[in-house]
Amino acid sequence: MSAEQAAALGVSYPPLQTYSEEEGMMRDAVNKFAQERLAPFVSKMDENSLMDPEVIKSLFEQGLMGIEIDPEYGGTGSTFFSSILVIEELAKVDASVAVLCDIQNTLINTLFTKLGTAAQKERYLSRLSTDMVGSFCLSEAESGSDAFSLKTRADKHGDYYVINGSKMWISNAEQAGVFLVMANVDPSAGHRGISCFIVDRDTEGLQIGKKENKLGLRASSTCPLNLDNIKVPEKNVLGQIGHGYKYAIGMLNEGRIGIAAQMLGLAQGCFDQAVPYTRQRVQFGKRIFDFQAMQHQIAHVATQIEAARLLTYNAARLKEAGRPFIKEACMAKYFTSEVATLTTSKCIEWMGGVGFTKDYPVEKYYRDCKIGTIYEGTTNIQLSTMAKFIDKEYDH
Amino acid sequence: MSRVLVGVKRVIDYAVKIRVKPDQSGVVTDGVKHSMNPFCEIAVEEAVKLKEKKFIKEVVAVSCGPSQVTETIRTALAMGCDRGIHVEVSGKDYEAMGPLQISKIFAALAKKEEASLVILGKQAIDDDCNQTGQMTAALLDWPQGTFASEVTIDGETVKVVREIDGGLETIKISMPAVLTADLRLNTPRYATLPNIMKAKKKKIANMKPADLGVDMVSRVEVLRVDEPPTRLAGVKVETVDDLVAKLKANGTI
Repeated sequence: MSAEQAAALGVSYPPLQTYSEEEGMMRDAVNKFAQERLAPFVSKMDENSLMDPEVIKSLFEQGLMGIEIDPEYGGTGSTFFSSILVIEELAKVDASVAVLCDIQNTLINTLFTKLGTAAQKERYLSRLSTDMVGSFCLSEAESGSDAFSLKTRADKHGDYYVINGSKMWISNAEQAGVFLVMANVDPSAGHRGISCFIVDRDTEGLQIGKKENKLGLRASSTCPLNLDNIKVPEKNVLGQIGHGYKYAIGMLNEGRIGIAAQMLGLAQGCFDQAVPYTRQRVQFGKRIFDFQAMQHQIAHVATQIEAARLLTYNAARLKEAGRPFIKEACMAKYFTSEVATLTTSKCIEWMGGVGFTKDYPVEKYYRDCKIGTIYEGTTNIQLSTMAKFIDKEYDH
Repeated sequence: MSRVLVGVKRVIDYAVKIRVKPDQSGVVTDGVKHSMNPFCEIAVEEAVKLKEKKFIKEVVAVSCGPSQVTETIRTALAMGCDRGIHVEVSGKDYEAMGPLQISKIFAALAKKEEASLVILGKQAIDDDCNQTGQMTAALLDWPQGTFASEVTIDGETVKVVREIDGGLETIKISMPAVLTADLRLNTPRYATLPNIMKAKKKKIANMKPADLGVDMVSRVEVLRVDEPPTRLAGVKVETVDDLVAKLKANGTI
């Protein structure tokens, strides 16, 4: 039953897993696309640690890279929840493709849409929805969780800024045509000097380093960046000088829900591969699924995934409703990344020896999930953030 | 420049494991995943391609059934059809609906919409009838190009390469005509997200078979539906002679 049908029947509080007709159609379209067109590329991209350009092209063609962008700029003009469903469906097949899509939609596009001047939107949004990938550059070698102690500097010279520094762990860097670089214009002001700069790939002095050789999410390029006397015109400042800290925090609160969707899809995709095996594999004269110990483990994991789904969908709906959602977004990201770790680990065990080989897909999910508890806010950061909210709740 | 009618049928998804109802009156459809018949997808794709090549001006997607079929029409709209027609059929009429009733509806609509082409899937994967296209052409007294694996429009005629048992047959037929799509005609596109959004604004008209002067009474009654017999285990033999002996023994040869 779609949300429209529920409303027509007078059902005021439909279950969380109720979608508008549009959301349902999008989810089904992406599910089909991912399972049929992306799946054949996954194994090779993981082995070669390289995202196939065909894959990226097809993501743009399907309209998956500009989900919330206005059709005026070539985007799909849909909602945040649609993005969440898209990311979940992509992650069921490949978490690397999902993260590329997530960063584009929840970080890059959102920043441009919310903060861009008419000229900046004109110049970048239509490219972001049709053929250009973006990267968000915040982390540095010496500033991960302590993000705002970043050292990259932007010095003003008349009508342009000169940026010097280096960034690390930048996703999509190999493919990006535009980089949103967080740099400090006034280190003496601490985090209040942090500002956001739009840096085109072909800017002189921008060097994209060799990508990391990672345990998982291997098809997603993660590179260090060197900014050597980069000249960025004043018109390429996104938003206001000194407000970068606020913008980054705001975007990351939303991006968190996107990562939750990625981890959720990953867990579900892995589970969907492992359970059919347990229904086929026969030992001691019966399906291994029929042993009570297996049933209990499988049911437990299924429950965790369901809970993760509800946390993720609810956080997304809260955000769309304009209600406070930060604590819930933290909960969603924290919980789903833990559930992904549990699920993938168990799935390998259920599949026994074959689960441990690269001939079967589950080991890749196991490797891919680990970053979930680390990036876009480590689990510890999420928990500390939640604790701050909980503390305030009891203020009288 | 002309108009094409495309038929789209809502069927149980091809990947679903079919179960027969305990009363053997049919198969279980409640709560089961449904989607557009794969051959209908191919038909839609061909129609949209013809429009993109500017051979035709408008593609109208038609489906017959209860309210759920509007989902199928929306998918056709998201693939590029311009508007939809939902012919409402429900309850007993829907259960008894077959190629004869559908072809009467399509024949009436083809005349009403002044269509130059009616493109259908060659058959539906639920009943495998492979009759609707042929019956529609007969009712309209139009030429038919069935099992099409290639369609080329040339002025007022259509060249159709047909898949037949002996290989391929090429025919030339004049328009207006009925075509039915076979597997290799094309590869259906995925509905892109922007097209799904655009599809929301496209119109779906509602009508009843009676509005088209069609009576839905069926001359066919389903007596019983059975599952296929369970496949028995095979037997391995060592030599060709053994094989021949076994086949003779159980009366196969």
